[in-house]
Amino acid sequence: MVEHGDIRVVHRGGSKINFREPVLSHDSRLLLCASGECVKVFSSSTEECVHDLQGHTDLVTGVLLNPSNHLQAYSCSADGTVRLWDFTDGILIKVQLHCHHVSVQPLSVSVFVYLLMCMCVTLTRLLSSSQGEYIASAKGLHLEVYFFKKQKSYRFSLKEDNKKGAKNTFTCLSCHPKDDCIATGHEDGKIRLWRNFNHKREYTYSTLHWHHSAVSSVRFTPEGTNLLSGGVESVLVQWRYNQETQKDFLPRLGAAITHIAVSPDGELFCTAHSDNKLTVIQSCVKVSAVIQGLVKGESVRTDLMVDPRSKALVLNGKPGHLQFYSLQRDKQLYNLDIVQQEYIHESGLQQFEVVKAAFDTRGNWLATVEERKQKDSTLELNLKLWAYDEQTQSFVLNTTVSGPHEARITAMCFCHTADSQTTMLVSASQDGHFKAWQLESNHYFYEGPFWSCDFVGAYHSLVPECCCFSADGSLLAISFQEVVTVWSPASWELLTTLSQPPGAIRDLCFGRQSCSKYLLGTTAKNLLCCWNLLTCTLEWSTSMDVSLLLSDPLSENMAAFCSHAGLFVFKPSEPRPLFSHKAICSGKVTRAVFAPREEMLESCEESSQWLNRSQLYFLTQYMDLMTFITKAEEDRLMASSKRLVIDDSVAVTPFYLLLGKHRQQQQEKQDRSFSAERNQLPQGSVAIKELLHTPAHVLPSASFLCSMFVRSLLISVTDKEKKSEEEEMESDKEEESECEMEASTMGQGQTAEAQETAAPALTKAQARELRRVKKLDHSWLSSLLDS
Amino acid sequence: MASFKPTKIQVYPKLGEKVTQDTLYWKNYKAPVQIKEFGAVTNIDFSPVAPHNYAVTAFTRIHIYGPFSQEPVKSFTRFKDTAYCGRFRSDGQLLVAGCEDSVVRLFDVSGKVALRMFKGHTKAVRVTDFTSDRYHILTGSDDYTCRLWDIPNSTELTSYQEHTDYIRCGITSKLNRDLFITGSYDHTLKLFDARVNKSVMTMDHGQPVESLLLYPSEGLLVSAGGRYVKVWDLLKGGQPLVSLKNHHKTVTCLCLSSNGQRLLSASLDRHVKVYNTTNYKVVHNFDYAASILSLGLAPDDESIVVGMTNGILSIKHRKSSEETKEISGQQKRRPAYRVFVKGKNYVPKQDDYLVSKPVKQHLAKYDKQLKRFNVSKALDTALETWTRFRKPEITVAVIKELDRRGTLKNALAGRDERGLSQLLNFLVGNLVDPRFAPVLVPATEMILDIYQSVIGQSPVVDVQLQRLQDLLEREIGYQQDLLEVLGMLDTMAKMNTSPLTPHPPT
Repeated sequence: MVEHGDIRVVHRGGSKINFREPVLSHDSRLLLCASGECVKVFSSSTEECVHDLQGHTDLVTGVLLNPSNHLQAYSCSADGTVRLWDFTDGILIKVQLHCHHVSVQPLSVSVFVYLLMCMCVTLTRLLSSSQGEYIASAKGLHLEVYFFKKQKSYRFSLKEDNKKGAKNTFTCLSCHPKDDCIATGHEDGKIRLWRNFNHKREYTYSTLHWHHSAVSSVRFTPEGTNLLSGGVESVLVQWRYNQETQKDFLPRLGAAITHIAVSPDGELFCTAHSDNKLTVIQSCVKVSAVIQGLVKGESVRTDLMVDPRSKALVLNGKPGHLQFYSLQRDKQLYNLDIVQQEYIHESGLQQFEVVKAAFDTRGNWLATVEERKQKDSTLELNLKLWAYDEQTQSFVLNTTVSGPHEARITAMCFCHTADSQTTMLVSASQDGHFKAWQLESNHYFYEGPFWSCDFVGAYHSLVPECCCFSADGSLLAISFQEVVTVWSPASWELLTTLSQPPGAIRDLCFGRQSCSKYLLGTTAKNLLCCWNLLTCTLEWSTSMDVSLLLSDPLSENMAAFCSHAGLFVFKPSEPRPLFSHKAICSGKVTRAVFAPREEMLESCEESSQWLNRSQLYFLTQYMDLMTFITKAEEDRLMASSKRLVIDDSVAVTPFYLLLGKHRQQQQEKQDRSFSAERNQLPQGSVAIKELLHTPAHVLPSASFLCSMFVRSLLISVTDKEKKSEEEEMESDKEEESECEMEASTMGQGQTAEAQETAAPALTKAQARELRRVKKLDHSWLSSLLDS
Repeated sequence: MASFKPTKIQVYPKLGEKVTQDTLYWKNYKAPVQIKEFGAVTNIDFSPVAPHNYAVTAFTRIHIYGPFSQEPVKSFTRFKDTAYCGRFRSDGQLLVAGCEDSVVRLFDVSGKVALRMFKGHTKAVRVTDFTSDRYHILTGSDDYTCRLWDIPNSTELTSYQEHTDYIRCGITSKLNRDLFITGSYDHTLKLFDARVNKSVMTMDHGQPVESLLLYPSEGLLVSAGGRYVKVWDLLKGGQPLVSLKNHHKTVTCLCLSSNGQRLLSASLDRHVKVYNTTNYKVVHNFDYAASILSLGLAPDDESIVVGMTNGILSIKHRKSSEETKEISGQQKRRPAYRVFVKGKNYVPKQDDYLVSKPVKQHLAKYDKQLKRFNVSKALDTALETWTRFRKPEITVAVIKELDRRGTLKNALAGRDERGLSQLLNFLVGNLVDPRFAPVLVPATEMILDIYQSVIGQSPVVDVQLQRLQDLLEREIGYQQDLLEVLGMLDTMAKMNTSPLTPHPPT
């Protein structure tokens, strides 16, 4: 097998942002959270990611503001290092190495305690009071408070269960910043406020009870006036300290609250949720921003899909929702509510789950299947068809078919023709039937187009497992256990049956483009078969344990994942694989998808050509989203990320994007119009740039420069005039070239940048004038720049 | 923060009547105005000129009503006996009417006393009409004759004695001043030409003829008699074209909608039926309280006027387009104009940025309870009498929602005698409905489990449980029968299809 050194498997975004408690900066403007191997800095007002603090080589396990400098933050990671960052600029300041395996949550206010904590690996929760007098920890049924001054620790225990069967296990705790009070959350939903705990025996506690299941986080506000708590109910509860009967609620936050953080000034709260979401809440209990990452449940029931319109990755996210996730921006675009029912946050409840989804070729229609299975009642199934609404830019429910089949739907696909008048959907079910659904336009009862059943087919009462349309939509292949049946969707005739025993068909896929005459299938008995549909015979078959087979919609390539995580990329017509890779990840690849690239890659190397048009994303057993990347692309990405760090110190707000885009367009326009003369006129722009970048105290007086400068910003002369002036320009060229030399000595980076942000063109006279001014100052200016 | 998502009420497709364009058109009338006349309303005739008043002949009077008046704008009372067939001339100036006393009277619409009296018939005159030249009158009488009269000198021009029974209907041609058709109880229709002294065409209807109608083109003739409505092609020498039998009592009156696309027939069976004139299928049906004797349709179908045997005149006016909209948009009481007028008429400029107001979510009563997790109360609200009987799908949806939340048992438990019997009553009514059964059967099982211990303690509940048991036994019987029939059908279908399409070999 050939080793492909230049193609690498990499993590591609979608890491957890709710893994550890988020941290709000002192001015509440920035929000830091651990996200996989990096620390992400978000703007708390615009929800945009400002910086990606990269450097750790393993999972980041904690983030903490530096108590002595509020513009710096510490992060610790499972790689055993602690790093100090300047998070406003995104610069790594210091690396501290620790031999310990750092995995606890640093939440204290002093570095000393923090170091102490690094060693206390086994404790569940740790907190110290603001004065640093004591440190409290809770584990199991015990609360332990250690007093630094006395160098003594007290241990308070609770009974495992009380009479009512409530569980008393500690789940979280928080210390009051001023009073001697510790709030602890418990498994049964109670919150206990401990007081007087500097005595071994005379301690007291009071109980607050609102949560119906375990409290996952409690937090005092910095002033100590309020206590925040949250749990599975996804309701943020704000208790008044000392007036516990008064509560404020913020219900329906979307998913169970896992962490609560409060900004140092108490203005903002931030809650982390189990669906990989951070919610920024104002202190008046109003949601102000939501930062949503890729939601990853235990498994992806729907396949990975790519929305043909937004090119976003689509998979099921929150319970009952489909999420649209932008692969380029590593950001969730939106959640589409499929089930449209109030989600009840209670464990052990059977809820509706989206199990199947499919897009048609143009992205005009989305079909979803949701199901709910209770222990001893019938299966509830709903097939929903969604139409894309241009106006709202999202999908609108068009048809709901309740109970489309009598049993689970095993496969569903749209007809893939680009130019067909009628759209068709085929669903196959365990009840032994497959149904074709078609869009109908007129009906006496319903207004507008709607979907209805067009055909019900079966084959010898076998269970259909997979279905697949050919590239032109003229053939439909459905596998019934060991038999592949080929139907004509136009007449619903059974055209032929193909079978290759032994083993039931597991996956079925038509070839694309030049290979569209081939039908590929994998069987449970480790066979990969390829049938030629022109001759209706088996073209070739090979013994291979394929767990997943998929075709690239933009090329002839097919990808086959083996059950021990090997990957083969091949063309059905060629015997040799284009690419193969052993053990791309640990465990089995469960889902994969070919996502079309925004711009085609020009790679001439044979081994990486299959990545030119589309990119292959896959999900591992541990729900990591990975992709393949070529060396060239990686380099380019690195470069762009570096530039990003230098350029963008501002938050990427929508306003900024708008302006930036506008500027970019202008720039492009300029680039286009000046492409010919560009070489002749860079000096002017350099001059202006220099002028703008030179410190004010070394420049001549503003009155001297002003009029000239303003004139230089006027609208440039038209092309015709320019041409007439071209001759004059030529004569000046020699003079200019001198200047060019000088400019280049000043620093290449600057000139490169200056060329890109080409300023409006100057008239000849102005440019000359400006240059003269520049020449005057030049000697001391360059010395200044060099120093 | 997401808002509360209300319970989804499943929409079930309506079975039965299909909604067509015709249904929408003919249903678009307001509630009828009813006017009591002195006796059976035998004839209704619309004036051909605006404002399209109509003459209603009932007992010894003819009333003329304006298009929207409920009081007669004019009435003619100088009849010695029952008046018949008050008809307008094509200019709307004159009105002719027959009478039981065999005298035909001609009135000026603005006057009161008869202008002319035509005497000559020996029995009641049931048919009167103007010819198209406006100078002659056609009459038909129970003395088997029909006559033509000259209006200026009030003399009889011709008399035809070809029918052998009462003449009860007749119509003059609107295109030719000499042609007219009469229908009689001797089952025949006769087409007369005034230029010759006998009928030129005879058609046999087969039943005593009650009403006649000519199409605007006058190529087709429609006759009604007995339970039949028949269409004749006059250009083909009176060939029968269609015979319609949609009423189950005698058809008394015929009418054509203003665009000639629809034919209306009224009958003693209290129905008015609307036919499509291209395929003669019934497209709509009106019900009335009593047997209908006469029917009139205003130009442009603006109103439908129906006269009945009990002397009631029922007028339906078409809804104007604004009214249709208003009804659908639910009229609501608005706050006082002077308080809330501020800023109401302000129109935003093009480049103004509109700040949308947060929309307040209005929740149904049961949703409000569900939002607060008050499961028992939610079920109580869903079981309120109106909801339970009128919108059982709401109750079922709430039960389904409670089941989804895993709290149905809590909601069902702890009910007193009244509450439980109410619940059982609902189940008895809806349990076997195939739309609701998947939800209600588990709920019923749950109820029986919960209240097992209290069976026999309350006679009210026991009666309901007994009803439930009876219902289930009956249903099981039906299902068994159905399965048997299905089995039989399957064998028959197999026998029919198997020789034609043999199964593909396995």
